[in-house]
Amino acid sequence: MDLIWEGLRKALELLLRMDPEVLRITLLSLQVSGLATLLSVLLGLGLAVLVALNEFPGKRLVIALMNTGMGLPPVVVGLFVTVLLWRNGPFGFLGILYTPAAIILAQCVIATPIIAGLGLAALQHLPPGLRLQILALGATRTQLVWLLLKEARLPLLAAVMAGFGGVISEVGASIMVGGNLKGSTRVLTTATVMETSRGNFDVAFALSFILLVLAFSVNALLTHLQQRSQRR
Amino acid sequence: MSRESLLQARGLRVHRGGALVLDVPALDLRAGEVLALMGPNGAGKSTLLLTLAGLLPHSAGELRFQDGKLDSRTERNDFRRRMTMVFQDPLLFDVTVAENIASGLKLRGVPAAERHPQVVTWARRLGIGDLLNRSALHLSGGEAQRTALARAFVLRPEILFLDEPFSSLDAQAREELIGELGHILAETGTTAVISTHDQGKAVRLAHRLAVMQEGRIIQMGGLREVMNHPESPFVAAYVGMETLLKGQVVTCEGGLIALRLRGSRAPEIQALGEAQPGQTVLVGVRPEHVALSLQTDNSSSVRNAFPGAVTKVIPRGPFFKVELDCGFHLAAYVTAQSLSELDLQPGRQVVASFKATSVHLIRKEGLDSQL
Repeated sequence: MDLIWEGLRKALELLLRMDPEVLRITLLSLQVSGLATLLSVLLGLGLAVLVALNEFPGKRLVIALMNTGMGLPPVVVGLFVTVLLWRNGPFGFLGILYTPAAIILAQCVIATPIIAGLGLAALQHLPPGLRLQILALGATRTQLVWLLLKEARLPLLAAVMAGFGGVISEVGASIMVGGNLKGSTRVLTTATVMETSRGNFDVAFALSFILLVLAFSVNALLTHLQQRSQRR
Repeated sequence: MSRESLLQARGLRVHRGGALVLDVPALDLRAGEVLALMGPNGAGKSTLLLTLAGLLPHSAGELRFQDGKLDSRTERNDFRRRMTMVFQDPLLFDVTVAENIASGLKLRGVPAAERHPQVVTWARRLGIGDLLNRSALHLSGGEAQRTALARAFVLRPEILFLDEPFSSLDAQAREELIGELGHILAETGTTAVISTHDQGKAVRLAHRLAVMQEGRIIQMGGLREVMNHPESPFVAAYVGMETLLKGQVVTCEGGLIALRLRGSRAPEIQALGEAQPGQTVLVGVRPEHVALSLQTDNSSSVRNAFPGAVTKVIPRGPFFKVELDCGFHLAAYVTAQSLSELDLQPGRQVVASFKATSVHLIRKEGLDSQL
């Protein structure tokens, strides 16, 4: 227990004196996971809309793959992305391995299926006649998609929260494709793992608390948006 | 009165999963008319409505709106902004009642300033003027369907498609709304196609009636014509012609047929129509055309009068359906007043009478196998 209290005290101390290293790590975590979530929202929701609105052979298989993708282990994703971005790999010319861009890419691979899978479920849960009703009111294809997303906004925000939660908390991919380089690719989770392995439990706890507060704040904001729209 | 044909379908076919689910060789919707599609669930009413509305692509045939074809996606998209549809489920959006009513106008690019007065007008017209700021999620079934109708009428559609719009409402809300819809359709002269699975009041809104079975229109005509002259036992049963009688023609003179019911000790029945003596025919009598009394009235023009016993009394909306055994089965509708005046209850002896003009020839011969 003492360790936990000590961690909490240390976290407060680090935060209060605005430790530049901790601040940088925190901001980078937020930027990387935020950007990865944003890209995943675009890709995942796009995919969800495509699958929800179209009938095609193999649709069930695609849905099954999307749902399987929701449980992709971050280390597996990390491994694949590392191999692809390796200097000799097919995307080695990009030269982004061990940069924040590589972490964003890997986190995108993790979050996109989560947002696509939950997003598809949200869209499929809408009344089956709603699509025809919207078309019968004279909507264009774009208007149709926008209205459907609006109608499913509550579960869609839950999908976004799940996606963000998945990437802000993962460590396996970040450490493999980012390398936990100080001042460049060190994020809260990779720093926590490192400090723990060094026996600096107080710092590790401090970083963990910051991570929890961060995750809580972002989700609190999204929840606020979600519940506000429900009260209308 | 010849009226312009607004929507034309020729050789319309729709396949689903390889099976033919709709086959309509020809259908013309005239400007200003209300056409009712009637038939059991799965008869293809909704498929026909959706296809006519351009919401479901047809696999064969041609659809024309006024003079333009509705074959390509662009043509159907343009058409979608000139018609609208109301479904069984109100399918409202998760916004206020006012925003729901305005939604179609908004999608069609009508500026906000122009939308508001129209929204208010139609909300009042449908009796939901004081619900405008209410969330659409907190409405009763009747209020929700009124909102859906206001959302449709505010668009001033050139054709309004209604897919069983009253099925999910309770009896009282349904009666009220059907009456109001009838007024609005008549006042605005809106061309409409409405589907319904029963011969309830919604059918009475129609000028023409099409009865559907297994993806085909099996009889189409004026409302009274179809109700009184069903061409098959299926249609007869469907339009509420509850008494169907099979018999052999004894004589036929001057358009008046006398027929003897098969396997019955009942006397001859007089019907209107042409048939050959010896032919087997099927005739039908609507229950509202059968009058009940305590004794035979010899002075009237009634040709058919049969003594019989009441076997069952069943409440039917504002009426009571009385089933009788007159040596053959007969159904009659009576008012609550008649019910008490005649003291109608099982076992009661009465005289059932109906005019020869109320007995409709449905089919001649060749019907043994189909009954």
